[in-house]
Amino acid sequence: MEYKDITVGIAGYHVDRSPNRIVTLGLGSCVGICVYDQQTRIGGLLHIMLPDSSQFGEVKKPGKFADTGVPALVEEVAREGGRLSRLFAKLAGGAQMFSGNGDSSALNIGTRNVAAVRQALGRMGIRIAAEDVGGSQGRTIFFDLNTGQVIIRTMGNNYRVI
Amino acid sequence: MISLEDTEFSSQALDALREVGNIGMGNAASSLAQLMNVRIDMAVPTASLLPFEEIVEMIGGMEEVVACVYMKVLGDAPGTVLYIFDEESTYRILHSLLETCGVSSQMMTPLGESAIKEIGNVLTGSFISAIATLTGLSLITTVPLFSFDMLGAVLSTSLIESGYTEKDVLMIDTSFFQGRQEIKGHFFLFADPGSLNRLLGALGISV
Repeated sequence: MEYKDITVGIAGYHVDRSPNRIVTLGLGSCVGICVYDQQTRIGGLLHIMLPDSSQFGEVKKPGKFADTGVPALVEEVAREGGRLSRLFAKLAGGAQMFSGNGDSSALNIGTRNVAAVRQALGRMGIRIAAEDVGGSQGRTIFFDLNTGQVIIRTMGNNYRVI
Repeated sequence: MISLEDTEFSSQALDALREVGNIGMGNAASSLAQLMNVRIDMAVPTASLLPFEEIVEMIGGMEEVVACVYMKVLGDAPGTVLYIFDEESTYRILHSLLETCGVSSQMMTPLGESAIKEIGNVLTGSFISAIATLTGLSLITTVPLFSFDMLGAVLSTSLIESGYTEKDVLMIDTSFFQGRQEIKGHFFLFADPGSLNRLLGALGISV
Protein backbone atom coordinates (compact mmCIF):
# COMPACT_ATOMS: atom_id res chain seq x y z
CA MET A 1 0.00 0.00 0.00
CA GLU A 2 1.22 3.46 -0.87
CA TYR A 3 1.88 5.34 2.37
CA LYS A 4 3.51 8.54 3.52
CA ASP A 5 5.78 9.01 6.54
CA ILE A 6 4.94 12.15 8.48
CA THR A 7 7.58 13.28 10.97
CA VAL A 8 6.68 14.83 14.32
CA GLY A 9 9.31 17.04 15.96
CA ILE A 10 10.06 17.49 19.63
CA ALA A 11 7.04 18.92 21.53
CA GLY A 12 4.86 18.32 18.47
CA TYR A 13 1.96 16.03 17.60
CA HIS A 14 0.19 14.88 14.46
CA VAL A 15 -2.99 12.96 13.68
CA ASP A 16 -3.45 10.96 10.48
CA ARG A 17 -5.13 7.86 9.07
CA SER A 18 -4.26 4.56 7.37
CA PRO A 19 -2.15 3.81 5.38
CA ASN A 20 0.20 6.58 6.53
CA ARG A 21 2.84 6.29 9.21
CA ILE A 22 3.77 8.88 11.81
CA VAL A 23 7.43 9.01 12.77
CA THR A 24 9.43 10.65 15.53
CA LEU A 25 13.22 10.53 15.70
CA GLY A 26 15.69 10.22 18.55
CA LEU A 27 13.55 9.95 21.68
CA GLY A 28 15.81 10.05 24.73
CA SER A 29 14.19 11.00 28.01
CA CYS A 30 11.25 12.24 25.93
CA VAL A 31 8.23 9.97 25.50
CA GLY A 32 6.36 9.17 22.28
CA ILE A 33 2.66 8.52 22.82
CA CYS A 34 0.69 6.75 20.07
CA VAL A 35 -3.11 6.77 20.32
CA TYR A 36 -5.16 4.60 17.96
CA ASP A 37 -8.74 3.79 16.96
CA GLN A 38 -8.55 0.34 15.36
CA GLN A 39 -11.95 0.60 13.68
CA THR A 40 -11.45 3.85 11.77
CA ARG A 41 -7.64 3.40 11.66
CA ILE A 42 -7.18 6.94 12.80
CA GLY A 43 -4.35 7.67 15.19
CA GLY A 44 -1.99 10.30 16.49
CA LEU A 45 1.53 10.56 17.82
CA LEU A 46 2.75 13.05 20.44
CA HIS A 47 6.38 13.72 21.46
CA ILE A 48 6.53 15.19 24.99
CA MET A 49 9.62 16.56 26.74
CA LEU A 50 8.52 17.26 30.30
CA PRO A 51 6.01 15.81 32.77
CA ASP A 52 4.24 18.85 34.13
CA SER A 53 3.30 22.27 32.73
CA SER A 54 2.20 23.76 36.05
CA GLN A 55 5.63 25.07 37.03
CA PHE A 56 5.88 27.03 33.79
CA GLY A 57 4.04 30.23 32.99
CA GLU A 58 2.41 30.46 29.63
CA VAL A 59 2.28 27.17 27.70
CA LYS A 60 2.99 28.02 24.08
CA LYS A 61 3.31 24.43 22.91
CA PRO A 62 0.93 22.06 24.70
CA GLY A 63 2.78 19.13 23.11
CA LYS A 64 5.79 19.84 25.28
CA PHE A 65 4.23 18.52 28.48
CA ALA A 66 2.53 15.24 29.35
CA ASP A 67 -0.33 16.91 31.25
CA THR A 68 -1.27 19.28 28.39
CA GLY A 69 -0.09 17.22 25.42
CA VAL A 70 -2.11 14.04 26.02
CA PRO A 71 -5.51 15.85 26.11
CA ALA A 72 -4.52 17.93 23.06
CA LEU A 73 -3.61 14.78 21.14
CA VAL A 74 -6.75 12.89 22.14
CA GLU A 75 -9.01 15.84 21.22
CA GLU A 76 -7.39 16.07 17.81
CA VAL A 77 -7.88 12.32 17.22
CA ALA A 78 -11.54 12.70 18.18
CA ARG A 79 -11.95 15.70 15.86
CA GLU A 80 -10.58 13.65 12.98
CA GLY A 81 -13.13 10.92 13.61
CA GLY A 82 -11.55 8.59 16.17
CA ARG A 83 -13.90 7.51 18.97
CA LEU A 84 -12.69 8.05 22.52
CA SER A 85 -14.18 4.80 23.85
CA ARG A 86 -12.25 2.76 21.31
CA LEU A 87 -8.85 4.41 21.77
CA PHE A 88 -5.83 2.64 23.15
CA ALA A 89 -2.29 3.92 23.61
CA LYS A 90 1.24 2.65 23.07
CA LEU A 91 4.26 4.34 24.66
CA ALA A 92 7.97 4.40 23.87
CA GLY A 93 10.89 6.40 25.27
CA GLY A 94 11.67 7.74 28.73
CA ALA A 95 15.23 6.42 28.71
CA GLN A 96 18.03 7.40 31.05
CA MET A 97 20.60 8.44 28.48
CA PHE A 98 23.53 9.33 30.70
CA SER A 99 25.56 7.19 33.04
CA GLY A 100 28.61 7.68 35.18
CA ASN A 101 29.88 8.02 38.70
CA GLY A 102 27.67 5.11 39.81
CA ASP A 103 24.92 7.61 40.48
CA SER A 104 21.72 6.03 39.23
CA SER A 105 19.62 9.02 40.17
CA ALA A 106 21.55 11.30 37.81
CA LEU A 107 19.59 12.81 34.94
CA ASN A 108 16.50 10.70 35.22
CA ILE A 109 13.65 12.77 33.93
CA GLY A 110 12.62 9.91 31.63
CA THR A 111 11.03 7.97 34.49
CA ARG A 112 9.03 11.03 35.56
CA ASN A 113 7.88 11.61 31.98
CA VAL A 114 6.58 8.04 31.68
CA ALA A 115 4.73 8.27 35.01
CA ALA A 116 3.11 11.56 34.00
CA VAL A 117 2.01 10.15 30.63
CA ARG A 118 0.43 7.11 32.32
CA GLN A 119 -1.43 9.42 34.68
CA ALA A 120 -2.66 11.71 31.90
CA LEU A 121 -3.94 8.73 29.88
CA GLY A 122 -5.56 7.28 32.99
CA ARG A 123 -7.44 10.53 33.62
CA MET A 124 -8.92 10.26 30.13
CA GLY A 125 -9.73 6.56 30.56
CA ILE A 126 -7.38 5.44 27.81
CA ARG A 127 -5.91 1.97 28.18
CA ILE A 128 -2.19 1.38 27.56
CA ALA A 129 -1.97 -1.60 25.22
CA ALA A 130 1.82 -1.84 25.06
CA GLU A 131 4.95 0.05 26.01
CA ASP A 132 8.69 0.02 25.50
CA VAL A 133 10.00 2.50 28.06
CA GLY A 134 13.04 3.15 30.25
CA GLY A 135 16.39 1.55 29.65
CA SER A 136 19.39 3.55 28.47
CA GLN A 137 18.93 3.74 24.71
CA GLY A 138 17.50 6.36 22.40
CA ARG A 139 14.58 5.32 20.21
CA THR A 140 13.10 6.25 16.86
CA ILE A 141 9.48 5.18 16.41
CA PHE A 142 7.26 4.50 13.41
CA PHE A 143 3.53 4.38 14.12
CA ASP A 144 1.82 2.34 11.39
CA LEU A 145 -1.76 3.54 11.09
CA ASN A 146 -2.72 0.58 8.93
CA THR A 147 -2.05 -1.96 11.68
CA GLY A 148 -1.73 0.09 14.87
CA GLN A 149 1.74 -1.36 15.36
CA VAL A 150 4.61 0.74 16.65
CA ILE A 151 8.02 -0.11 15.24
CA ILE A 152 10.93 0.93 17.44
CA ARG A 153 14.42 1.41 16.10
CA THR A 154 17.47 1.75 18.34
CA MET A 155 21.14 2.40 17.60
CA GLY A 156 22.74 -0.10 15.20
CA ASN A 157 19.48 -0.68 13.30
CA ASN A 158 17.87 -2.92 15.88
CA TYR A 159 14.09 -3.19 15.60
CA ARG A 160 11.27 -4.14 17.93
CA VAL A 161 7.53 -4.06 17.33
CA ILE A 162 4.88 -3.37 19.97
CA MET B 1 24.50 26.76 25.15
CA ILE B 2 24.29 30.27 26.36
CA SER B 3 20.78 31.40 26.90
CA LEU B 4 19.72 34.81 25.68
CA GLU B 5 18.00 35.61 28.94
CA ASP B 6 16.10 38.86 28.63
CA THR B 7 18.62 40.85 26.72
CA GLU B 8 19.48 40.86 23.08
CA PHE B 9 23.16 40.28 22.79
CA SER B 10 25.12 42.86 20.91
CA SER B 11 27.48 41.71 18.21
CA GLN B 12 30.24 42.91 20.51
CA ALA B 13 29.09 40.47 23.16
CA LEU B 14 28.91 37.62 20.68
CA ASP B 15 32.42 38.51 19.46
CA ALA B 16 33.66 38.38 23.03
CA LEU B 17 32.06 34.95 23.49
CA ARG B 18 33.66 33.75 20.26
CA GLU B 19 37.03 34.89 21.60
CA VAL B 20 36.35 33.12 24.88
CA GLY B 21 35.60 30.04 22.82
CA ASN B 22 38.80 30.44 20.86
CA ILE B 23 40.95 30.68 23.97
CA GLY B 24 39.10 27.85 25.70
CA MET B 25 39.37 25.54 22.71
CA GLY B 26 43.05 26.40 22.18
CA ASN B 27 43.72 25.30 25.72
CA ALA B 28 41.64 22.16 25.20
CA ALA B 29 43.51 21.31 21.98
CA SER B 30 46.88 21.46 23.67
CA SER B 31 45.59 19.21 26.46
CA LEU B 32 44.41 16.73 23.85
CA ALA B 33 47.82 16.87 22.14
CA GLN B 34 49.57 16.10 25.41
CA LEU B 35 47.20 13.28 26.25
CA MET B 36 47.43 11.63 22.85
CA ASN B 37 51.09 12.52 22.48
CA VAL B 38 50.60 13.75 18.92
CA ARG B 39 50.54 17.12 17.23
CA ILE B 40 47.03 18.56 17.16
CA ASP B 41 46.01 21.47 14.98
CA MET B 42 42.82 23.41 15.44
CA ALA B 43 40.52 25.22 13.06
CA VAL B 44 39.23 28.61 14.23
CA PRO B 45 36.06 27.86 16.20
CA THR B 46 32.75 29.35 15.27
CA ALA B 47 30.29 30.51 17.89
CA SER B 48 26.59 30.69 17.25
CA LEU B 49 23.45 31.19 19.24
CA LEU B 50 20.86 28.74 17.96
CA PRO B 51 17.59 27.04 18.81
CA PHE B 52 17.74 23.31 19.60
CA GLU B 53 16.37 22.07 16.25
CA GLU B 54 18.98 23.95 14.23
CA ILE B 55 21.81 22.65 16.37
CA VAL B 56 20.75 19.09 15.67
CA GLU B 57 20.66 19.79 11.94
CA MET B 58 24.10 21.41 11.99
CA ILE B 59 25.75 18.49 13.70
CA GLY B 60 24.19 15.81 11.57
CA GLY B 61 20.74 14.49 12.21
CA MET B 62 18.56 13.21 15.00
CA GLU B 63 19.71 9.62 14.56
CA GLU B 64 23.41 10.22 14.03
CA VAL B 65 25.48 8.28 16.56
CA VAL B 66 27.59 10.47 18.86
CA ALA B 67 29.63 10.24 22.04
CA CYS B 68 28.63 12.89 24.56
CA VAL B 69 30.25 13.99 27.80
CA TYR B 70 28.04 16.01 30.15
CA MET B 71 29.28 18.12 33.05
CA LYS B 72 27.81 20.68 35.39
CA VAL B 73 29.73 23.87 36.03
CA LEU B 74 29.54 25.24 39.56
CA GLY B 75 30.89 28.46 41.03
CA ASP B 76 30.51 32.10 39.96
CA ALA B 77 28.84 31.39 36.61
CA PRO B 78 26.97 28.09 36.93
CA GLY B 79 25.76 26.17 33.92
CA THR B 80 26.24 22.98 31.95
CA VAL B 81 28.86 21.99 29.40
CA LEU B 82 28.63 19.28 26.78
CA TYR B 83 31.24 17.86 24.51
CA ILE B 84 30.04 15.85 21.53
CA PHE B 85 32.19 13.79 19.13
CA ASP B 86 30.71 12.25 16.02
CA GLU B 87 30.96 8.47 15.69
CA GLU B 88 33.88 8.40 13.29
CA SER B 89 35.95 10.82 15.37
CA THR B 90 35.19 8.82 18.51
CA TYR B 91 36.63 5.66 17.02
CA ARG B 92 39.54 7.62 15.55
CA ILE B 93 40.49 8.93 18.99
CA LEU B 94 40.07 5.51 20.58
CA HIS B 95 42.13 3.89 17.90
CA SER B 96 45.03 6.27 18.34
CA LEU B 97 44.84 6.12 22.16
CA LEU B 98 44.22 2.44 22.68
CA GLU B 99 45.82 0.83 19.65
CA THR B 100 48.03 -1.33 21.76
CA CYS B 101 45.15 -2.52 23.95
CA GLY B 102 43.44 -4.22 21.02
CA VAL B 103 40.33 -2.08 21.36
CA SER B 104 37.61 -2.54 18.76
CA SER B 105 37.17 0.31 16.35
CA GLN B 106 33.59 -0.65 15.51
CA MET B 107 32.07 -1.14 18.92
CA MET B 108 31.91 0.88 22.12
CA THR B 109 33.50 -1.14 24.91
CA PRO B 110 33.67 -0.24 28.61
CA LEU B 111 37.36 0.59 28.13
CA GLY B 112 36.54 2.81 25.15
CA GLU B 113 33.77 4.51 27.07
CA SER B 114 36.05 5.20 29.96
CA ALA B 115 38.74 6.61 27.64
CA ILE B 116 36.33 8.90 25.78
CA LYS B 117 34.87 10.11 29.04
CA GLU B 118 38.34 11.02 30.22
CA ILE B 119 39.10 12.85 26.95
CA GLY B 120 35.88 14.81 27.26
CA ASN B 121 36.73 15.51 30.87
CA VAL B 122 40.17 16.86 29.96
CA LEU B 123 38.82 18.95 27.08
CA THR B 124 35.98 20.54 28.99
CA GLY B 125 38.16 20.92 32.10
CA SER B 126 40.82 22.83 30.20
CA PHE B 127 38.20 24.87 28.36
CA ILE B 128 36.57 25.91 31.63
CA SER B 129 39.86 26.63 33.38
CA ALA B 130 40.92 28.88 30.48
CA ILE B 131 37.69 30.84 30.87
CA ALA B 132 38.20 31.01 34.62
CA THR B 133 41.72 32.38 34.19
CA LEU B 134 40.58 34.87 31.57
CA THR B 135 37.69 36.21 33.59
CA GLY B 136 38.96 35.78 37.12
CA LEU B 137 35.78 33.87 37.97
CA SER B 138 35.80 30.72 40.05
CA LEU B 139 34.45 27.81 37.97
CA ILE B 140 34.46 24.14 38.95
CA THR B 141 33.30 21.20 36.85
CA THR B 142 31.62 18.09 38.29
CA VAL B 143 32.35 14.44 37.48
CA PRO B 144 31.36 13.75 33.86
CA LEU B 145 28.39 11.71 32.71
CA PHE B 146 28.52 9.86 29.44
CA SER B 147 26.29 8.68 26.63
CA PHE B 148 26.96 6.99 23.30
CA ASP B 149 23.75 7.07 21.29
CA MET B 150 21.55 9.00 18.85
CA LEU B 151 22.27 12.73 18.71
CA GLY B 152 18.63 13.77 19.07
CA ALA B 153 18.16 11.61 22.15
CA VAL B 154 21.40 12.73 23.78
CA LEU B 155 21.07 16.45 23.06
CA SER B 156 17.39 16.76 23.93
CA THR B 157 17.93 14.90 27.20
CA SER B 158 20.87 17.18 28.13
CA LEU B 159 18.87 20.31 27.43
CA ILE B 160 15.81 19.09 29.29
CA GLU B 161 17.78 17.95 32.31
CA SER B 162 19.56 21.30 32.49
CA GLY B 163 16.30 23.18 32.14
CA TYR B 164 17.04 24.79 28.76
CA THR B 165 14.01 24.19 26.65
CA GLU B 166 12.90 27.69 25.71
CA LYS B 167 16.00 29.57 24.78
CA ASP B 168 18.72 29.63 22.19
CA VAL B 169 21.92 27.78 22.95
CA LEU B 170 25.49 28.87 22.39
CA MET B 171 27.36 26.35 20.29
CA ILE B 172 31.10 26.62 19.86
CA ASP B 173 31.96 24.42 16.95
CA THR B 174 35.49 23.09 16.63
CA SER B 175 37.54 20.81 14.51
CA PHE B 176 40.82 19.35 15.62
CA PHE B 177 43.21 17.81 13.14
CA GLN B 178 45.69 15.10 13.79
CA GLY B 179 47.82 15.02 10.67
CA ARG B 180 45.29 14.97 7.90
CA GLN B 181 42.64 13.27 9.98
CA GLU B 182 39.90 15.44 11.28
CA ILE B 183 38.48 15.01 14.75
CA LYS B 184 35.15 16.75 14.84
CA GLY B 185 33.95 18.03 18.15
CA HIS B 186 31.11 20.27 19.20
CA PHE B 187 31.26 22.11 22.45
CA PHE B 188 28.18 23.53 24.12
CA LEU B 189 27.87 25.86 27.04
CA PHE B 190 24.46 26.35 28.63
CA ALA B 191 24.63 29.21 31.07
CA ASP B 192 22.21 29.48 33.98
CA PRO B 193 20.30 32.79 34.26
CA GLY B 194 22.73 35.58 35.08
CA SER B 195 25.85 33.54 34.32
CA LEU B 196 26.34 34.85 30.82
CA ASN B 197 26.09 38.45 31.97
CA ARG B 198 28.55 37.71 34.77
CA LEU B 199 30.92 36.18 32.22
CA LEU B 200 30.65 39.16 29.90
CA GLY B 201 30.81 41.57 32.83
CA ALA B 202 34.08 39.98 33.95
CA LEU B 203 35.44 40.71 30.47
CA GLY B 204 34.40 44.34 30.80
CA ILE B 205 31.45 44.17 28.46
CA SER B 206 28.22 45.59 29.70
CA VAL B 207 25.03 44.01 28.47
